[in-house]
Amino acid sequence: MSPRISPEQVRHVAKLARLSITDAEASQLAEELGVILEHAEDVAALDLSDIEPTAHPIHLTNVLRDDAPKPSLDRDEVLAAAPATEDRRFRVPRIMGETQ
Amino acid sequence: MTTYETVIGLEVHVELSTRTKLFCGCANEFGAEPNTHVCPVCLGLPGSLPVLNRTVVEFALLLGVALNFDVPPSSIFHRKNYFYPDMPKDFQVSQFDEPICVDGWIDVAGERIGIERAHMEEDTGKTTHMGGGGRIHDADYSLVDYNRAGIPLLEIVSRPDMGSAEQARGYVSELRAILATIGISDVKMEEGSMRVDANVSLRANSTDALGTKVEIKNMNSLRSLGRAIDSEIERQSVMLDSEEVIIQETRHWDEVAGVTHGMRSKEGSSDYRYFPEPDLVPVAPTDEMRKVARESVPELPASKRERLISDWGIGPSDARILVDDRALCTYAEAAVAAGGSGKDVTNWCTGEILGYLNEQGSTPEALILRPEGLAELVALLADDTLSRSLAKDVLEECLATPVMPREVVERRGLAQMNDEGELAALVDEVLGRNEDAIAQWKAGDEKARKKKRGFLMGELMKTSGSKGNPKVLNQLLDERLGD
Amino acid sequence: MTGAMTAVETAAAVRSGDRSARSVVEEALAAISEREEELHACNTVLADAAIARADAIDAAVAHGEDPGPLAGVPIALKDNLCVQGELTTCSSKILEGWRPPYTATVVERLLAAGAIPIAKTNLDEFAMGSSTENSAFGPTRNPHDKARVPGGSSGGSAAAVSAGYVPLALGSDTGGSIRQPAAFCGVVGVKPTYGRVSRYGLIAFASSLDQIGPFATTVDDAALLMETIWGPDQMDSTSIPSRPDPIGAGSDVSGLRIGIIEELTDVEGIAPEVRASVERAASGLEGSGAHVERVSIPSCAYGLSAYYLIAPAEASSNLARYDGVRYGLRVDGADVAEMNAKTRAAGFGAEVKRRIMLGTYALSAGYYDAYYGQAQKVRTLIIRDFAQAYERFDVLLSPTAPTEAFKLGAKTADPLAMYMSDVCTIPTNLAGHAAMSVPFGTGVEGLPIGVQVLAPALGESVMFTVARAVEALR
Repeated sequence: MSPRISPEQVRHVAKLARLSITDAEASQLAEELGVILEHAEDVAALDLSDIEPTAHPIHLTNVLRDDAPKPSLDRDEVLAAAPATEDRRFRVPRIMGETQ
Repeated sequence: MTTYETVIGLEVHVELSTRTKLFCGCANEFGAEPNTHVCPVCLGLPGSLPVLNRTVVEFALLLGVALNFDVPPSSIFHRKNYFYPDMPKDFQVSQFDEPICVDGWIDVAGERIGIERAHMEEDTGKTTHMGGGGRIHDADYSLVDYNRAGIPLLEIVSRPDMGSAEQARGYVSELRAILATIGISDVKMEEGSMRVDANVSLRANSTDALGTKVEIKNMNSLRSLGRAIDSEIERQSVMLDSEEVIIQETRHWDEVAGVTHGMRSKEGSSDYRYFPEPDLVPVAPTDEMRKVARESVPELPASKRERLISDWGIGPSDARILVDDRALCTYAEAAVAAGGSGKDVTNWCTGEILGYLNEQGSTPEALILRPEGLAELVALLADDTLSRSLAKDVLEECLATPVMPREVVERRGLAQMNDEGELAALVDEVLGRNEDAIAQWKAGDEKARKKKRGFLMGELMKTSGSKGNPKVLNQLLDERLGD
Repeated sequence: MTGAMTAVETAAAVRSGDRSARSVVEEALAAISEREEELHACNTVLADAAIARADAIDAAVAHGEDPGPLAGVPIALKDNLCVQGELTTCSSKILEGWRPPYTATVVERLLAAGAIPIAKTNLDEFAMGSSTENSAFGPTRNPHDKARVPGGSSGGSAAAVSAGYVPLALGSDTGGSIRQPAAFCGVVGVKPTYGRVSRYGLIAFASSLDQIGPFATTVDDAALLMETIWGPDQMDSTSIPSRPDPIGAGSDVSGLRIGIIEELTDVEGIAPEVRASVERAASGLEGSGAHVERVSIPSCAYGLSAYYLIAPAEASSNLARYDGVRYGLRVDGADVAEMNAKTRAAGFGAEVKRRIMLGTYALSAGYYDAYYGQAQKVRTLIIRDFAQAYERFDVLLSPTAPTEAFKLGAKTADPLAMYMSDVCTIPTNLAGHAAMSVPFGTGVEGLPIGVQVLAPALGESVMFTVARAVEALR
């Protein structure tokens, strides 16, 4: 069985998914994901070029709500659930990536 | 040295002035106490689900009409996946390849600017960077307020159809006027309810190849948009001249320094893993919804300007000032409806009244002088009851106290003296006690004559208590001096 | 044990004043304390709140009020359903200690009907698994054999009903997570039509597949619970807007056309006893006047592969929010990205990480079309094939799971083998249809086997009719 995904790819995907992984985990995941993807080959190999994808099993449209205000949550309760807060806000370590 | 052609495309984010957020019933309100307009949905709490605000769809359809968009039979939401602490779900619900509006355009100064698309999406929360002078990368840590998270946005993406900072400003200015007219946003660049990002690239005039696209962000006024684009054009031309390679990146406009700064490239590149949002169903505008939108769009700025120019006989620049300022225009139109001439009303509105509003930081709705009062003032000027300088006096009082111009004129006895007999007697009296001046006028050279004549005119106005009709007095003085 | 009384009987007794809700709840709590140590079906027991509610219901009855169709009936809730102020963990360390500030729609409806939530039950972390061994708080054991798994992911709810803690429980079913544990534990388990039951307050695994449904000891009890929780909800955009018709009490299958799905029954991997149970149920139904035939639904063969691309893809996005910022676990880091990554590495278990990785990969640039996009097309094929089958048949039959309950640890080292135990249940989720598992027969080890009754979208009524007929054959 040849792994379809390399440890390098695993590390890239882990970065996208914000999961810190060790090198050992990267190798193990590469192998496990390889097995699963190998199994998914039956699907990947099908010729479905003239089939429309289904994103959702039911076909509803225009499910809309009225623009009417509802009560918000109690701020103290909301902030009490957070790991760190300061000055009525959620506190996070410094941000190195750019604003999107 | 090579000359370059500039290619500019703009992405404009507009916060919609709905009562509630895009997917929940939390209030859409600027400037509230941090984290008070939050609920399970807009905080992305586990188990919560979005439900689309009907008004947002209606606003998007209004925009569709106003910007000449096609509105396809169906549009869907996608998830744009990336991690950022101001985004409660760590994905943004947005539209991707099936937006609500496609293929629009507007005319700006006679040129047609294509608009690729407009789509609905949710805003992010607001991050405050603490320590390190408030700059993101130097900060010690950041604080997040989610009141803004989930506020409805429309993102309007132009085609790369603009060739100068001036044209880009014109486009944004026209867009702002249209959005204000259809009433879907308060379009304040300074408060962030209208945010403009510019994609700027340069290409040598001799080639067809598109240059490298650089995105600039953080312009919070029309003026800074223009400056930022010009600065970026300059930066790129210098680089191209010296054969440096321009990298595709996002740059931040620094208003104080007047330059753009490259931002640290984000890790992992932009693989947003878009996929259809399974918690929402497609938006398929019905014929009825489309009809309501068509019938709800009021007169748009371009046709309004043309109408004012032809009906009121005003110039294009006055028309633009009026139409860009909806409240002022409404005020002027009410004054004209009350009987004022369009041209005179416009002169006062774009002159003294606008000056007063700017000085006071006030708005036309708050003026003590109602449009009927302005119409009356204009009429008093037109029938020679008031001179222009008297009219300014009267206006000043009417802007400060709730009183109609005619009342001021009557109470202060300000009506202009127009009676020729009365004025002739006044001239005789003043000339009678200024024989020296007349003699000097007769003997003097042209310069001296002019000076003495001015002196005599001043005496006449003074004696009349500034009420003498200056036109008639001038005429009489000329006759008496035999000039 | 309350197992002696069904929910229908208990509610009737409490409503009429023949039994106090307090005594019902105390009996349930006693049953829990008797076996919970060996089974570990519950993450949290809501003893005080349950007793307070029972007393309120008794007081209402004493005042001549009707507390509702589920008056005094204790119910267990899978621990991925939000209950305001109560621990809701998804059996994950990342949510340990979190108490939601709001309550799921289904739970609101239970409370309004007089039901008494008595426990939050164990599950595979974030409902990802088929054995309840992926719980951060330790596995649940099968009440029929402690050495075996109860199935998953709603193993705690299935075990709680099977062990007689409660007559009713709620689970969630994304690829079989209600039906497969129902089969393993010998109880009835229902996966309703997608959109029939509001998902508001159900912590999402894969949004286009997840559906909440009942566990019960009888088909009638399952129908009673179903009718309590289903129907439109304005908080869920994917909720079907029409009011459902009552399920009815019928069990007459004469004239019904019933198809046995070849691809899920007659294939390698299905234990002979399991196939025999389906055959026996089918011939019993035939004996009751139904027409039974084999039917082929070819695309069912691709269900498992499509599911293991679609579900992880949606999960990778749904689980992004567990980032250490607003609630739950945080592990500090030098910057926010490092904090996120360390928090998620420490907070998620191996299976959840595996699926997040798989889903992220399936959606990432260059792979979307080959994996996620292709899986969505398979979904179209499956819906098309089922539609053709339902032109000829009113309901379909198949095994619920390929085997009876397996031993703890038997499949933990082999993810794909574990995934295979959902092969019979997955196609229903992809199609958005209804299906339920009814206990019928036993395997070589003497453990329960479930027969799966499948119906088209909104076909709950005929599905329950056939399920009742199967139940009567026992």
